[in-house]
Amino acid sequence: MDRLFSRLYLALVGIFLAAPIVVVTGVSFNEKQNLAFPPQGFSLHWFAEIFVNPEWFRALIASVLLAVTSAALAVVIALPLAWFLWRRIAPWAQVFQLLGVAPFTLPPVITALGFLTFWATSGFYGQAWTAVIAHAIFFVTLPLVTLTLGFSSIDRSLTEAAATMGADDRTVFRTVVLPLILPYVVSGYAFAFVLSLNEYIVAYMTIGFVRETLPIKVFNALRYGYTPTMAAVSVLFVAVTAAVFGLIARFGDLPRLMGALSSKD
Amino acid sequence: MRREPARGLLQHLPVIFPGLMLTVFFIVPFGTMVMVSFFRRQPGGFYVPDFVLANYARFLTPFFGNVLAFSLYLAVAVAVVSLVIAVPFTYLIARAPRQTQVIWLVALLSILSLSEVIIGFAWSTLLSRTAGITNLLVWLGLMGAPQALVPGFSAVLTGMVYQAMPYAVLVLYPSMVRLDPTLTEAARTLGASPLKAFFTVVLPALRTTLIATLIMAFIFALGSYLLPQILGRPSHWTLSVLITDQALYQSNMPFAAAMAVFLVLVSLALVTLTMFAGKKLEA
Repeated sequence: MDRLFSRLYLALVGIFLAAPIVVVTGVSFNEKQNLAFPPQGFSLHWFAEIFVNPEWFRALIASVLLAVTSAALAVVIALPLAWFLWRRIAPWAQVFQLLGVAPFTLPPVITALGFLTFWATSGFYGQAWTAVIAHAIFFVTLPLVTLTLGFSSIDRSLTEAAATMGADDRTVFRTVVLPLILPYVVSGYAFAFVLSLNEYIVAYMTIGFVRETLPIKVFNALRYGYTPTMAAVSVLFVAVTAAVFGLIARFGDLPRLMGALSSKD
Repeated sequence: MRREPARGLLQHLPVIFPGLMLTVFFIVPFGTMVMVSFFRRQPGGFYVPDFVLANYARFLTPFFGNVLAFSLYLAVAVAVVSLVIAVPFTYLIARAPRQTQVIWLVALLSILSLSEVIIGFAWSTLLSRTAGITNLLVWLGLMGAPQALVPGFSAVLTGMVYQAMPYAVLVLYPSMVRLDPTLTEAARTLGASPLKAFFTVVLPALRTTLIATLIMAFIFALGSYLLPQILGRPSHWTLSVLITDQALYQSNMPFAAAMAVFLVLVSLALVTLTMFAGKKLEA
């Protein structure tokens, strides 16, 4: 009875979570340009449209470029900071950790508007790289959190042993620390990549009037009515997002990243 | 290798780049925004440097009062509904085998990462007349003719719960999964039903986490900037939507900045409250 009840509850939540995605997927296969579910006919035309139509394709490229570069920059900012906090006794440096987490905790409109006023005032508004920096700062929280977790899981006696054998900081980092935290670097990058790919408001307020990323393009299209390409793009996003998290789960300990104790404990 | 204090410029080197980036591209933009909130709007243009309180004075208008009241009301509703769904859900998955947990976590993270644009579009499709859920009800014979459930308050609420629920689950998850299983076992041994054990043992043991999650979900809901716009009517606009609208479409950056400063203060006050509540309950 209890098992039945809990299964039923999980199933209901599962349906709630899946329903909009199922309908959008169905809609994206419609043959004609109409919003109908179940789909009338079957066509992959609207998926092809993303790659064939130059406007959608340009937005796709812009989104991927932005996500690839901003996630890399986020890791480059987070890695030395997390290493420093782990290696050194420096209570004042905690301030930077707090700063790294702040943009993610506050409502996103705030960071977005901060960047809009900042780029407008400094005269760089609309340059493509401004969005890269904005996203890197906005999502630096993710690599920072995964890396802090990664460093805290390193057994200090390992690095101590290396140091006793005469390795300097740099050698210890390269030969001991880096291999141990590499999974956390990768997952931090992946988190930042996926979120940047999906991000709308910060991108819109930094470059939105000049360039279009995919979320911006979908929103702009939404204002002028409906096209099935929007549904196809949505399906693409869901697929990429789920694939990335699936990969993190496949090669890493996702429950632990999310705050559970290690499966080995 | 033990932790040591950093000495000299060379040992401080690693912190310089991150520190500089965060200062220049977070503190300075934030400061710029606060500054602009005191500037004067220039009709037709951007703004001119000044020190006026007019942007803040607009908070006293009934229009702003209504938007603020609705935002708070909506955020409370979203936070409460999300928590009510998330608490039993998280409890159940935290007790599931690790493999099952992973599948749910991937699903939750995926939905949480989805763009608000996509979520808004997906729900507007699900609630539409031609492709929506009412077609299913008609097919089942429960309804006469399909109808559109968008735009409307329930659509906004549903969409935002869809977005905030996974967030609430992920905030709850660490405490739920680390909860000592012997607690409930003891209650069960003493004769409590699983439901009773859940209400009298699990929930009280997690009260700090529950309050923290409620507040985090509330802040999260306050930040929703697109769903009220896509799924609701103008009367369902929230503070976040209004800020976006004023900044981008009404070209009134000073007023938008003033509202953003206000939103920061509200969020910070709530975060402080969470930490304070946590301390007090633990004491």
